[in-house]
Amino acid sequence: MVQPVSYKTVDQVAGPLIFVSKVENAAYGEMVEITNAMGERIRGQVLDTRAGLSVVQVFGATMGLNVGDTSVRFLGETARIAVSDEMLGRVFDGLGNPRDGGPALVSKEKVEIVGSGINPYSREEPSEFIQTGISSIDGMNTLVRGQKLPIFSAAGLPHNLLAAQIARQAKVLGSSESFSVVFAAMGITSEEANFFIRQFEETGALERTALFLNLSSDPSMERILTPRLALTTAEFLAYEREMHVLVILTDMTNYCEALREISAARDEVPGRRGYPGYTYTDLATIYERAGKIKGRKGSITQLPILTMPADDKTHPIPDLTGYITEGQVYVSRELERTGIYPPIDVLESLSRLMNQGIGQGRTREDHRGLADQLYASYAQGKDMRALSAIVGEEALSESDRKFLKVADRFEKMFVRQGASEDRSIEQTLNIGWEVIDPLSDSEIKRIKPELIEKYRRRSKAK
Amino acid sequence: MADGKVVRVSGPVVAALGLERAKMFDVVRVGEQGLVGEVIRLQGGTATLQIYEDTTGLRPGDKVVNTGQALSVELGPGLLTSIYDGIQRPLNVLKEQSGDFISRGLVIPALDEKREWEFKPIKKNGDKVVQGEIIGEVQETPLVSHKIMVPPGMEGTLKDVKAGSYNIRERVATVKTLEGDVPVFLATKWRVKTPRPIAKKLAPDTPLLTGQRVFDTFFPVAKGGTAAIPGPFGSGKTVSQQQLAKWSDSKIIVYVGCGERGNEMTEVLATFPELEDPRSKRPLMERTILVANTSNMPVAAREASIYTGITIAEYYRDMGYDVALMADSTSRWAEALREISGRLEEMPGEEGYPAYLGRRLAEFYERAGKSVALGPEGRVGSVTVVGAVSPPGGDFSEPVSQNTLRVTRVFWALDASLAARRHFPSINWLNSYSLYSEDLRSWYQSNVAKEWPDLRAEALEILQKEAELQDIVQLVGYDALPESEKGVMDVAKMIREDYLQQSAYDPVDTYASIGKQYLMLKTILTFGRREAESLKTGAQASQVAAMPVKSKISKVKWTPEDQVTSMVKEIEGDMDAQFGSLAQEVRA
Repeated sequence: MVQPVSYKTVDQVAGPLIFVSKVENAAYGEMVEITNAMGERIRGQVLDTRAGLSVVQVFGATMGLNVGDTSVRFLGETARIAVSDEMLGRVFDGLGNPRDGGPALVSKEKVEIVGSGINPYSREEPSEFIQTGISSIDGMNTLVRGQKLPIFSAAGLPHNLLAAQIARQAKVLGSSESFSVVFAAMGITSEEANFFIRQFEETGALERTALFLNLSSDPSMERILTPRLALTTAEFLAYEREMHVLVILTDMTNYCEALREISAARDEVPGRRGYPGYTYTDLATIYERAGKIKGRKGSITQLPILTMPADDKTHPIPDLTGYITEGQVYVSRELERTGIYPPIDVLESLSRLMNQGIGQGRTREDHRGLADQLYASYAQGKDMRALSAIVGEEALSESDRKFLKVADRFEKMFVRQGASEDRSIEQTLNIGWEVIDPLSDSEIKRIKPELIEKYRRRSKAK
Repeated sequence: MADGKVVRVSGPVVAALGLERAKMFDVVRVGEQGLVGEVIRLQGGTATLQIYEDTTGLRPGDKVVNTGQALSVELGPGLLTSIYDGIQRPLNVLKEQSGDFISRGLVIPALDEKREWEFKPIKKNGDKVVQGEIIGEVQETPLVSHKIMVPPGMEGTLKDVKAGSYNIRERVATVKTLEGDVPVFLATKWRVKTPRPIAKKLAPDTPLLTGQRVFDTFFPVAKGGTAAIPGPFGSGKTVSQQQLAKWSDSKIIVYVGCGERGNEMTEVLATFPELEDPRSKRPLMERTILVANTSNMPVAAREASIYTGITIAEYYRDMGYDVALMADSTSRWAEALREISGRLEEMPGEEGYPAYLGRRLAEFYERAGKSVALGPEGRVGSVTVVGAVSPPGGDFSEPVSQNTLRVTRVFWALDASLAARRHFPSINWLNSYSLYSEDLRSWYQSNVAKEWPDLRAEALEILQKEAELQDIVQLVGYDALPESEKGVMDVAKMIREDYLQQSAYDPVDTYASIGKQYLMLKTILTFGRREAESLKTGAQASQVAAMPVKSKISKVKWTPEDQVTSMVKEIEGDMDAQFGSLAQEVRA
């Protein structure tokens, strides 16, 4: 290892970056410790290195830094975090220092936070159904262990309530183990952070939760490290300690903005909406750290939350996220306005790994067909709703009116549920059958006749 | 060659001094770990390198070694059944050497160097051979005979040919050329960015049959053709492509996962080895090569993966095989170009993409085609390229989609709103097109049915008519339509639901032979014609809609191939009876 070296040769401070000259051979990605004129210390990381000049990104306020007195110590190692079992139940700041007044972690094991990619050959296909107790997810967009399923939301929508509910209720059927939770907050308000802590406290989940909090008042540059610290911790818990870990990352929009800030400070060629061209690659190195590995017991399931600026899902952040993650849960303002919680728009939502997790032996044999039928009927019903707004309900054919009814029933019976209502998958599917009750057998095209026979009759007989 | 030294590191782009003899695209090894990279710019004494691995920890002063060779792939027996990363390192061997996480600087031969192959010569000592000529073969897998060809640019007299067991590093023959003796091995190397030479390009005249009704019937791609599948995320693109890989009737499948999701790549890696080839009943992997570069693997390797894939595809084409290459997704590849271009501080073109984006895409698609290989045998092979494009926000006006559409001839428009309705495969039948349908007309007429082109046209017309009527229905409602138009709407719905919709997960419906497709389409259209007739004579559309035979027609897709003919016969009988009694009812 290279010995730490100090320099006092800062000759430019620009936004979150400092330029240190006369540095001969800093490593790309090397960590530095910066001491300002008042003796305060902050950390930074080398972003660009050449003989004679290093560009360092500062994880903290650049206030107090100056050109003459600032000293920069190159630590000779890349970003690492000490990991241990004691991390559960603790609260850390965005750089991994204790925030709860507790003792610092004592651990010999220091791990690089930039994880190497999992060899696709070593991955195990995620297939264990996670019951979240929320019908619109379990029934329509099933989550499985090892999946990354973001929540696409927007300002003013109850995504936090939803995420907390999932974290509380998530379980794998037939398994008594509960999930450990690693929670990474990037730029959320202290109020939001307290909401999550309270939620975890009330249900006793805090003991199996590690929180990394970078609040909106904290330096935005820390946000670059926060999710990586959280995921490194999660990997330790999952692959070394055989736990099933649920990682909640919120809010990825703030993360991307921090990325944009650095890019702008470096005068890089901007991509769409000013986000750097490597946003996709960068996000992939975060999201792709979800998964399962053959021969290892644990798993990492990711639930990133992002708020779409102006509810625009074509904005680069949701757009690029959607290309990396295995689907999305879409929180809709329209449903929220009609007073439905959770306001999940199933037509916009998707779980790409759903098929692996459902069906006979996992959930129930009628799950796929029923979900397809609900999708199709709901989509058709919504069209009818738009049509009836023009021509009036009376002008619709009898069959069209049925679908209109099914769409209403779907929202009111299936989607809507309590913020602490924990439905079993059986319940969810039975409600689904109830929703399509107005349809005749011949209108149920997505479900195989023998399954209609079996489950429809059964739910009717009840 | 002199070693150089690193002077600057910025992400995947590294500048080095002292590589005076370096040529463009030479492969270099950088730092103590020997990270793999490539020369992408030379300026004075400074060489700019792009590194295929993560550069964290690299520092100025680190050593750079020039291998003097351009990025190449190794071509020979053992390619089939392999799973490679973007620069042709076998992922299973990577796992053995570095564990579950991919560490850096590993150099691994692409082909197993120890494995012995049974070489059967076709030519004998003293034969005159020219470039591309087959001198022998190796049974690579039970499905594929691997031809050992005289490398391009070589001509002479054959000697030292002997049958026997050889590994890829052992000489199997010698060609005595004017410049001296040149050994021939089972494996050769080829630079990925140079297309392999051919004798002649041919016009495409045979469809690539996929077993997917919407493709084969309505928007066929020719063997040797190019197709683009653009689609916003969540529109079922990946499943459609995997269906093509599983079911298309090409001899060799090359699947390039470029910037793919890790879990989905794993699904491919897990499902492919279990798939059975529908024709030979052997594992599908025996004719498949996977190139997997997941989104979190280094960006430069993502750029390389497409070239690795197409070069392998061309190699099997040269043996006289039909090869299908699926690239998912070329947008991720274009973004890799953009990212590297940005790091090089090049002047950006549209949306930050480099100005040479269109040229690079065209060059890639141009490597598809049906062609006659070098050599006296006149072997005909083809490479069909199906490229997925993922336009941001589903906006087709962006540069990658536009440049792709300029060079591809089939467009399979995936539609998220269809996917939301669970209409799969969610190919929009109004926006898609195939410029091959005329080229393939005579093939369909002589191999399926004379009336095929007419049936296809009729079905498309009904769907088009439905789209027009839909606008009216939106305003006045279905019930206000005249009976004849209700009839059109009903038949269109049958085409959509009973024909176009096809379940990838149903063991029967996942594949429909072209014969089954013909019978299904004919049945639906016959029903449509009879419905139109009976509506003309006074029947109500609702009466026709209530016919029991309709639900029977909707079940043909779930009917196994060997029972389709009898099922369709039965349906014809039912139609006769039910339309007959309807006519009586109307008269009465």
